[in-house]
Amino acid sequence: MTAAVLFENVSRHFGAVKAVDAVDLEIAAGEFFAMLGPSGSGKTTCLRLMAGFEQPTGGHIEIFGETAEGVPPYRRSVNTVFQDYALFPHLSILDNVAYGLMVKGVGKDERRKAAEDALAMVKLPGYGQRRPGQLSGGQRQRVALARALVNKPKVLLLDEPLGALDLKLREQMQEELKSLQKSLGITFVFVTHDQGEALSMADRIAVFNDGKIQQLGTPEDIYKRPQTRFVADFVGSSNVLSSAICARLGVPAKAASLRPEAIAIGTSWAEQLSLPGTVTARSFLGATNRVSVDCNGEKIIVASPAAMPVPEIGADVQLAFSRNDLHLMEEA
Amino acid sequence: MRSDRSTTAPLGLKIAAIGGLAFLHIPILLIFLYAFTTEEKSYQFPPPGLTLQWFAVTWNRPDVWAALTLSVKVATIATAIALVLGTLCAAAVSQTRFFGRETISLLVILPIALPGIITGIALRSAFSMADIPFSFWTIVLGHATFCIVVVYNNAVARFRRVSGSLIEASMDLGADGFQTFRHIILPNIGTALLAGGMLAFALSFDEVIVTTFTGGQQSTLPIWMLEELIRPRQRPVTNVVAMVVMLVTFLPILAAYYLTRDGDQIAGAGK
Repeated sequence: MTAAVLFENVSRHFGAVKAVDAVDLEIAAGEFFAMLGPSGSGKTTCLRLMAGFEQPTGGHIEIFGETAEGVPPYRRSVNTVFQDYALFPHLSILDNVAYGLMVKGVGKDERRKAAEDALAMVKLPGYGQRRPGQLSGGQRQRVALARALVNKPKVLLLDEPLGALDLKLREQMQEELKSLQKSLGITFVFVTHDQGEALSMADRIAVFNDGKIQQLGTPEDIYKRPQTRFVADFVGSSNVLSSAICARLGVPAKAASLRPEAIAIGTSWAEQLSLPGTVTARSFLGATNRVSVDCNGEKIIVASPAAMPVPEIGADVQLAFSRNDLHLMEEA
Repeated sequence: MRSDRSTTAPLGLKIAAIGGLAFLHIPILLIFLYAFTTEEKSYQFPPPGLTLQWFAVTWNRPDVWAALTLSVKVATIATAIALVLGTLCAAAVSQTRFFGRETISLLVILPIALPGIITGIALRSAFSMADIPFSFWTIVLGHATFCIVVVYNNAVARFRRVSGSLIEASMDLGADGFQTFRHIILPNIGTALLAGGMLAFALSFDEVIVTTFTGGQQSTLPIWMLEELIRPRQRPVTNVVAMVVMLVTFLPILAAYYLTRDGDQIAGAGK
C-alpha cells in the first residue's frame, strides 16, 4: 500500500540553520499522525514541506506515490488548516468555504451546496452569511476546517489547530477532530507542541528535536518507553535516573526513565524498588501534588494523588516504584 | 466631589480658533469673488461691479483648454505608472525578505523627502546627458517619481495588514498567483490603492517645480496660471479656472472619503 506521505532523507536548511535534517518518515493512508516538538524543532517546517510552502534542500518527498518536489501548493491534493486560521476577512463564511471550489471553476450553485454541507459537517449550519470577524475563535477554527475539507484533500494538514482555543473548547475539539477523521477516513497530519493533545488524538507520534525525529511510535510507546532523555523529558516530563542511581537499584543501565505518577511516597513492599530522599519542594496541582525529592543530589519529581498525605519540606522519605515502570534507555 | 466640567471652551480660545480658520479660508473666498469682478487689470477691493462674462471668456480661450488637457493627461498617466510600480514595489518589500530591502524602501520614499527643485535639476541634467528631448513624456516621468511614493506608502501599510498566511491559504486552496492576486490581494488593498491613486493624481495636477525643469514648451495648468498672473489683461480668467479646478477636484476627494470610510464592506461586495 502506498504511503500517504513519504519523506526520504529530507532536509531543509536555511543557511547554517538545519530546520529539518535528514528526516525519514512514512505516514500511512488514513492515519491520524502527530508531529510533536518544542518550537524550532522542525515540525512546522515538515508540515510546510508537505503543503508545498517550502521546498526541500535535499532528499525526496512523495504524496500518495507522486513526487512532490517542485509541485506548487495549488497543484497538491493536500489542504491546510492554518494556526491563525487565515480566513479571508473580505469574504462571507460561505464564500470562504467555497473559495477552493470557486478557483477550480465549480459552478455557483454546486459550490454553494458543497460549502453549506461542509458547514453543517462542522456544526455551523446557517452561518454562511456572516463575516469571519463576527465569529468566535472556536467557530473560526471550524470554518477553517470546513474550508479545507470541502476540497476533499487526500491529506489534511493542521498547524497547531487548537493552540488558540481555551482548555474546555480544546478538549471538545480534540474529540470532534478525532471522530471527524474516523468518519472521513482522510489522513490527518497535525503539528503540536502540546504532548497531551498528541497523546490523546494521534494514532502515531513523531517527536521532533533540532530538526530530527527523536522517536516515532504509538502514544503508549512514546509515553511509556521513551528512547532518549529528550523524549522522556518532553513527553510526560518523566524523571531520568542516572547510571549511578540505576546501579544502586541493582539495575545496570546507562540511564532509565521513570514517570512521576508511577512513584509512591513512603510505602514499599518486597517486590518494589525503593530510594531514600529528602523533600525539597511541593505544590498543589488539583488532582495531584507535585513533590520534588532530592536523592543523592538528583532531583526526582513525584506526582502524588491529592488524597495521599503530603510530607513536609525537609522530611526524609522513601520512594517506592515497580521495576516494570522503570524503562531503560540506550543513551544517557 | 468633582465640580461640573464646562463643555464650552473659553471665549479667547473660540476667537483664536475662528481667526485661524478665517485666515485659512477667506483668501479662497476672495479667489471666488474676483472671478466675478468687472475690473480685469488689478484686484481692487471692493470689486467695482459683478459679472458672469469671464466664464464665457474662459470657455473660449484655447490656451486654457490646452493646459487643462495636458495636466489631466500627465496626471492620469503618471498615476497609472505609479499604481503599477508602487504596488509591485510595496508587495516585494512587505511580503518577502531579501538583501537590501530597507535600502530599497528608503530609496523609493526619498523623492518625496527631497526638495522638488533637487529632483527637477537632477532629472533635467539626466535627460540632457542622455539626449532625451524635453516633451510630454519627460513631464510624466518627472511626476511619476513622486507619485510612486504616495501609492507605495498607502499600499505598503495595507500589505502589512494582509497577513502572509492569507496568500498561503489561497495557494493552498488551489488558486495560482494570478487568482490569488485577483480574489485575495486586490480586494484587500483596493481602497488603499484608490486613496493612493487620488493623492498621486492631485500631487501631479498642481505640481510646478519639477514640471518647469522637465517640461519643454508645454505648460501644465499650474504653470499656465503662474504665467497668467503676470499678464495684466483678463486676470479674472485665472480665478474662474481656479474655481472650476477646486470644484472638480473636490468631488473625487469627497467620493474617496466615502469609499474608504467603509472600505471593508465594499471590498468584497461584488461577490
